[in-house]
Amino acid sequence: MTNPVTIAAIFLGPLLVTLFFVLLSKAERRRLGPSGEPGFFQRNGAPVAIFLLAAVGFWALFLIVFPQLYMIDYSFHPKLPQIKRGGPDDVYTLENYRYFLFGSTRDTSHWNTTHLYAFWITIFVSVLITIANFAICYPLAFYMGQVARPGVVLRLMLLLIIPYWINEILRAFAFRVMMGTGGVINNILMATGLIHDPIDFLGLDVALYSGLTYAYLLIMMFPLYNAIESLDRNQIEAARDLGAPWWHIHLFVVMPYAKPGIASGATLVFMLCAGALAAPLILGGPKTLWFTPIVYDRFFQAFNWPQGAAYALILLSACMAFVLLVMRLFKVRLSEIAR
Amino acid sequence: MSSRLIGRLLLGFYLVLFFAFLFGPLLIMGITAFNTPSYPQVWPFEGFTLNWFDRLFADRSLMEGLNNSFLIGAFVVLLSVPLGLAGAIVMTQVYSRARGLYYLVVVSPVLTPGVIIGISTVIFWKDVTQWTGAQSLFNGILLATLGQATFISAYCMLIFLSRLQRYDRVQEEAALDLGASRTQVFFDILLPFLRPAIFSAAVIAFLSSFENYNTTTFAILANKTLTTVLAGRVRQGMTPAISALAVIIIAITVAGAILYEIVKAAELRKETARERAAVQGETAQTPANVSTAQHHAGAAYPL
Repeated sequence: MTNPVTIAAIFLGPLLVTLFFVLLSKAERRRLGPSGEPGFFQRNGAPVAIFLLAAVGFWALFLIVFPQLYMIDYSFHPKLPQIKRGGPDDVYTLENYRYFLFGSTRDTSHWNTTHLYAFWITIFVSVLITIANFAICYPLAFYMGQVARPGVVLRLMLLLIIPYWINEILRAFAFRVMMGTGGVINNILMATGLIHDPIDFLGLDVALYSGLTYAYLLIMMFPLYNAIESLDRNQIEAARDLGAPWWHIHLFVVMPYAKPGIASGATLVFMLCAGALAAPLILGGPKTLWFTPIVYDRFFQAFNWPQGAAYALILLSACMAFVLLVMRLFKVRLSEIAR
Repeated sequence: MSSRLIGRLLLGFYLVLFFAFLFGPLLIMGITAFNTPSYPQVWPFEGFTLNWFDRLFADRSLMEGLNNSFLIGAFVVLLSVPLGLAGAIVMTQVYSRARGLYYLVVVSPVLTPGVIIGISTVIFWKDVTQWTGAQSLFNGILLATLGQATFISAYCMLIFLSRLQRYDRVQEEAALDLGASRTQVFFDILLPFLRPAIFSAAVIAFLSSFENYNTTTFAILANKTLTTVLAGRVRQGMTPAISALAVIIIAITVAGAILYEIVKAAELRKETARERAAVQGETAQTPANVSTAQHHAGAAYPL
């Protein structure tokens, strides 16, 4: 539909990379001689080997790599009616990205302050929420991982697992029931005479930010607990015997040890926050700024798919930057983050 | 007052606050489902009613969404569990220099926001179905399944990977020595060993699919699922009927999660018992046999 050369690159590129590695491994095997491991087909038997290749090929290529590459290409095209796509008007353009920066596909004299500010707020608040979640979860994770007796841990664990699977929309709705102008909190505050007029928690973004903190609390809890739980208690005892104050023990013994868990929880919470859609739609006031609903509107209000793709990629690059930053900062590998 | 006591008090206070924060909003929402006023409110509690639940069952688009959610959930389980299984097995065998890139590719959906997966799925398959003339396949149920399977397969793969770490290839070699084919080894040794992981992966896959909104809202096109109907209703206005729906959904998910934990715990107990029996049997063996067993145990899958 678009440029045939790019289409070929999207589909053949990943295949060529795969082929390259296959040839490389073949060459290596030949160099090692017949003493090496059996080949893939020999090792699994033909039927299973074919199943493995077909399944992984379909998943990695048709579900992951091709759609992502295609979306990148798509974001550099103008919005055109179906009939004109692939025609002379279908050129490569930066207009979708220009629109994000300047609010217009041509004029570059004014910044697109609404979208830029929404983007900045989304990233900034997501980082703050990630930090807040860590602060809220750390004491309980430490208590469960190091202090509490096994029976207590089991019961606390059950209490945590029960709300874990509850849908994001319902969590947001629960916060709206509490924080709406006719909601529970306002009713209580007015009944006690503390305030006379209801506070607009939704318009002030209080509802959204606390709702997001609430929604992803347990995403932080489980990796953190798993990491702290495996720490040998003797290390803490040793530090205590050597006279370390309690905050030294946490800062220089427990937290460095729990680094992979912290990194894992932090990346997931940040990604979910920055990509949250239901919570801002439900808990946002009329002036609330969040980036994901803007992406959503590109599709469902502006009906501008290429622009939506560009906005999605901007969000994706922010998330990738965060993952890389966390890996750098905590000196952890990707396999320690995603488990 | 000793500092120990203060510490305990602080801890208790913190635990109460934490769990109040965790359960409070859900509890409040739950109460509003049984209160008569048409705006969800807890206090004053004007009267107990089950009317809001009756309304739900008369709601046809909600029921249609629920049907689709179950359908998509079943498809996602059928697709993601095999894909995740294949992904994990390939991970243990993939050429060492390609492993980093392979890992990056198959794990990236876990770290990608759901909206982006939904968007790329729709954009890609819209054009692909058009080129191939298979427009009828451009359908919300199918696309939601594909979009969700993209990242749910990765969850499944991670579950299988952690199970495969404990896989001892000595059984495989024994079976091969006794004349089994490679295919028999896969079906009679590897799959039974992975059975608990298959169960976990299926439950996790279904729950993830059932509660997913971000990917689904893009991929579902003109169809609807429970979550997309729910999101639409919540945005339209606040009614206790939504609270009632929430109570039902929460009851279902909680029942599912608890059942899952119980089955998993039973499975674990069975396994430790089996391992203990195996260890006892092993100590009765001759020293020569024990040393070969140890030799083989070292050849467990490297990860």
